[in-house]
Amino acid sequence: MRLEVTRRAAPSKAMAFLSPVIAIALTVFAGLLIFAAAGLDPLRAVHLYFVSPFTSLYSLQEVLVKASPLVLIGVGLSLCFRANVWNIGAEGQYTLGAVCGGGVALAIGEGSPFLVLPCVIAAGILGGLAWAAIPALLKTVFRANEILTSLMLTYVALYLLDYLVRGPWRDPMGFNFPQSALFEPAATLPVLTSDGRLHLGVAFAVLAVAIAAVALPATLRGFSIRVAGSAPKAARFAGFSQSGTVLFVFLTSGALAGLAGVAEVTGTLQQLLPEISPGYGFTAIIVAFLGRLNPVGILFAGVVLSASYIGGEVAQLRLGLPVEVAMVFQGILLFFLLACDSLIHHRIAFRRAAPRTEARHVG
Amino acid sequence: MKRLMMAAAVLALGLSAASAQDEPTKVGFVYVGPVGDFGWSYQHDQGRLALEEAFGDKVETTYVENVSEGPDAERVIRQLAADGNDLVFTTSFGFMNPTEKVARRFPDVKFEHATGYKRADNLATYAARFYEGRYIIGKIAGRMTETNTIGYIVSFPIPEVVRGINAFMLGAQSVNPDIQVKIIWVNSWFDPGKEADAAKALIDQGADILVQHTDSPAPMQVAEQRGVYAFGQASDMKEFGPNAQLTSIVDDWSQYYKERVQAVMDGTWESTDTWGGLDAGMVVMAEYRNMPDDVKQMAEETEAAIRSGELHPFAGPITNQAGEVVVAEGEVVSDEDLLSMNWYVQGIDDKLPQ
Amino acid sequence: MWAEAIILTVITAATPLALAALGELVTERSGVLNLGVEGMMAVGAVTAFAVAVTTGSGAAGILAGAMAGAALSLIFAFLTITLATNQVATGLALTLFGLGISGVIGDGFVGISRPPLPQLEIPGLSDLPLVGRILFRQDAMVYLSIALTAGVWWFLSRSRQGLKLRAVGDSHASAHALGLNVMLTRYLAVMFGGACAGLGGAYLSLAYTPMWIDDMTAGRGWIALALVVFATWMPWRLLAGAYLFGAITILQFHAQGAGIGLPSQLMSSLPYLATIVALVLISGRGRLALRHTPLSLGKSFVPER
Repeated sequence: MRLEVTRRAAPSKAMAFLSPVIAIALTVFAGLLIFAAAGLDPLRAVHLYFVSPFTSLYSLQEVLVKASPLVLIGVGLSLCFRANVWNIGAEGQYTLGAVCGGGVALAIGEGSPFLVLPCVIAAGILGGLAWAAIPALLKTVFRANEILTSLMLTYVALYLLDYLVRGPWRDPMGFNFPQSALFEPAATLPVLTSDGRLHLGVAFAVLAVAIAAVALPATLRGFSIRVAGSAPKAARFAGFSQSGTVLFVFLTSGALAGLAGVAEVTGTLQQLLPEISPGYGFTAIIVAFLGRLNPVGILFAGVVLSASYIGGEVAQLRLGLPVEVAMVFQGILLFFLLACDSLIHHRIAFRRAAPRTEARHVG
Repeated sequence: MKRLMMAAAVLALGLSAASAQDEPTKVGFVYVGPVGDFGWSYQHDQGRLALEEAFGDKVETTYVENVSEGPDAERVIRQLAADGNDLVFTTSFGFMNPTEKVARRFPDVKFEHATGYKRADNLATYAARFYEGRYIIGKIAGRMTETNTIGYIVSFPIPEVVRGINAFMLGAQSVNPDIQVKIIWVNSWFDPGKEADAAKALIDQGADILVQHTDSPAPMQVAEQRGVYAFGQASDMKEFGPNAQLTSIVDDWSQYYKERVQAVMDGTWESTDTWGGLDAGMVVMAEYRNMPDDVKQMAEETEAAIRSGELHPFAGPITNQAGEVVVAEGEVVSDEDLLSMNWYVQGIDDKLPQ
Repeated sequence: MWAEAIILTVITAATPLALAALGELVTERSGVLNLGVEGMMAVGAVTAFAVAVTTGSGAAGILAGAMAGAALSLIFAFLTITLATNQVATGLALTLFGLGISGVIGDGFVGISRPPLPQLEIPGLSDLPLVGRILFRQDAMVYLSIALTAGVWWFLSRSRQGLKLRAVGDSHASAHALGLNVMLTRYLAVMFGGACAGLGGAYLSLAYTPMWIDDMTAGRGWIALALVVFATWMPWRLLAGAYLFGAITILQFHAQGAGIGLPSQLMSSLPYLATIVALVLISGRGRLALRHTPLSLGKSFVPER
């Protein structure tokens, strides 16, 4: 008996819808076993994990608040990954977006929100874009591998934020604690609900998804990105500039990550702090792939992942589930989602004998 | 309006006091690190466990660990409040603004924020005067060092840490005017590898005693391996340095947590600003060991003097790095100045970000 | 005297990075990108420590760490190789899973200390002036990391099996057509990577800072991943890269201790900035840098039939 995976001639439509359902079912089953083994009420734990984030209006808002930056960054990253550009430094670009936007917010101070807020947001976008331009240029000019440069620049960005918040941008009224002053109301994103903290950032995320969903299949640029990824030689013959594509996807994803950063500090935090992200830039990589690099898929993936974090917190609180078990469980959820995703393009079968071609050459 | 609020508060108090008979008092905790960090969060969790031990069925505690000080904090704190906790402890400075926001929305829930400065009717603050312990270890170091060089490993330039360095230096200078402190910032509260590297670098530069204001026991272990002395931080680290640890400045929140929970049970809880030291039992010195009897005696006497209020570590005259007398003879640094301390005393060779 | 002390510290700081990165290098040369190094290191660290404390044997701990890393990597191998899932996302999920599992395993081992691995001394040589301590008085895992570098170099560039592995990494379709067993090769390469990451973790919890604390890997798995790229997939350059990174980390501490007066955040950024600059200098030399890049890196292989 052996497991055999073969490629389907065409992606399975049925599986595209069924795979998340199977994955969730498997995760729930695994969850029942794990929670029972940990001595918890398994049904209650599973309910807290998967259902509770969606049962109240407030927690639903929180799911969206946490999903917004993930989706914004994820959409940008999906462009990079489609073009085979490995930007894994979105966390740094997010941070620079927050730093530049926050810096402008602190500098301008009071004013008309219609003037101040656009400046702040533009500064955030430019900040993320500029930070992404470094690895992009190093790649196109010096052929320096972007995995390394973008990751290393993330650490540098975090230290830069740390320096600013503990040094020059420290709140003069804040007893020398590491935080900036609170932004003026004119420089904060409007909150959309009376009870909660759902802010305009969620609209940015939806907008980014919509634009990408429309533009990617319809425009020449979208086509060149897809060709650059799937058939780089063909792209060259077709006259698409390789450097042009690299720059475009890098700068776009940097701009989106910067937007996510500035939206987070002007929306949820309303000040700069040494820590402004629970690893959004890295989690967004998972979101991008979980959404199959498709803008609408990323929207769903962002919501699912965000809910799983929140469900994990609720389970910690109500059941005393240790954070490690919550992480293990989240890992398993992702494993199942990814494995089932594979069913869309592949057929899995159990065969008795080893395939002939391989048997001939073993050893 | 204000009267109405007060009436509501009284009513709420009455209700919670009434329900206290049959239902346990619910207490929630938010930790910035994992409880397995053997440092800051670990000690807060020890305090939580002490609550369960002391009150048994009358109290029900929950906690969320590893909560980052960014956008997630407000959600977690609010969740604790919405879950019916009567009292919520948020145990890191970065939780200050989120705690304040949630406190405004849940006037019936009582909040306690560690190491911050924002208070409200239902939001109290608490912190410990760790600098008292730092003054004592300064004096011990001043007596024990042979190279007159102390290695000091620090996390981040916040007033708490700066205060600690100054208190240490004042204590050391009081017994040894020639003492020198070498400072390394590792820019992390918690990275055992980096802390160990910094410790080695300091020893290689001639330090024969290590002080740390980071959370892991790695510097203590290095001291043990290299045969130098060290002071522990947050918890008793003698397991990691049986021959190296001179003493350790231990955080002990259990007494405070018990008092505050009792106050909620009795309906006497009030928003307060607590800054307790050795006398309150929040700061505890681990056993003085690996030192001659006369040094031990000096340490014990210093501890007793601080405890009784006879000695204040920040009593004048104190000169700053520029040589100006900033605290005159007979005066002490006020609590407010201590809270926001951002300058070094004379003799420290380091610069603070301004 | 000073230089010797610094070099000794640098070796300690670089060894876990080198061990983990070497494994990842072999994994990547077979065409598989496993971003789960951080998780595998954490599991290796906790298992090694737990076994060493329980049995009292450092050697047993090292072995257990390697096996734990390999076991964890098997999950990744099954998903990405057999089920052809996306490698980047699966690797990140493995990191989450590994960090979580390490906390679960390590629950009862926080707050326990253990003496570091013993230094092996070679009578006579260890006391040589200048080089004696550096070359001939290290713990076994430092020698292991160097032997492993030589072994990986020999395997990849001189052995027949290594040639096959590179062929699989460069073009799985042609390798399959030539009759090479792509799946098996990749399974073994991923497990070797897992074992090495486990060794890197074991070095942290047995030699570097002999203890277990949650999250003690503190991002070293990510640095190991970056070092593979930095080394342009060449073993000796990887070892050099690990030492360079370690050296700058240590030197900036020494500069701080000496009172250099620059912002500490700038000093802490130096290792990362220096790595970027060094990579740019290497990459600028043209084709050489790209010669060893596995062309199938990150792409799933499913045989057509």
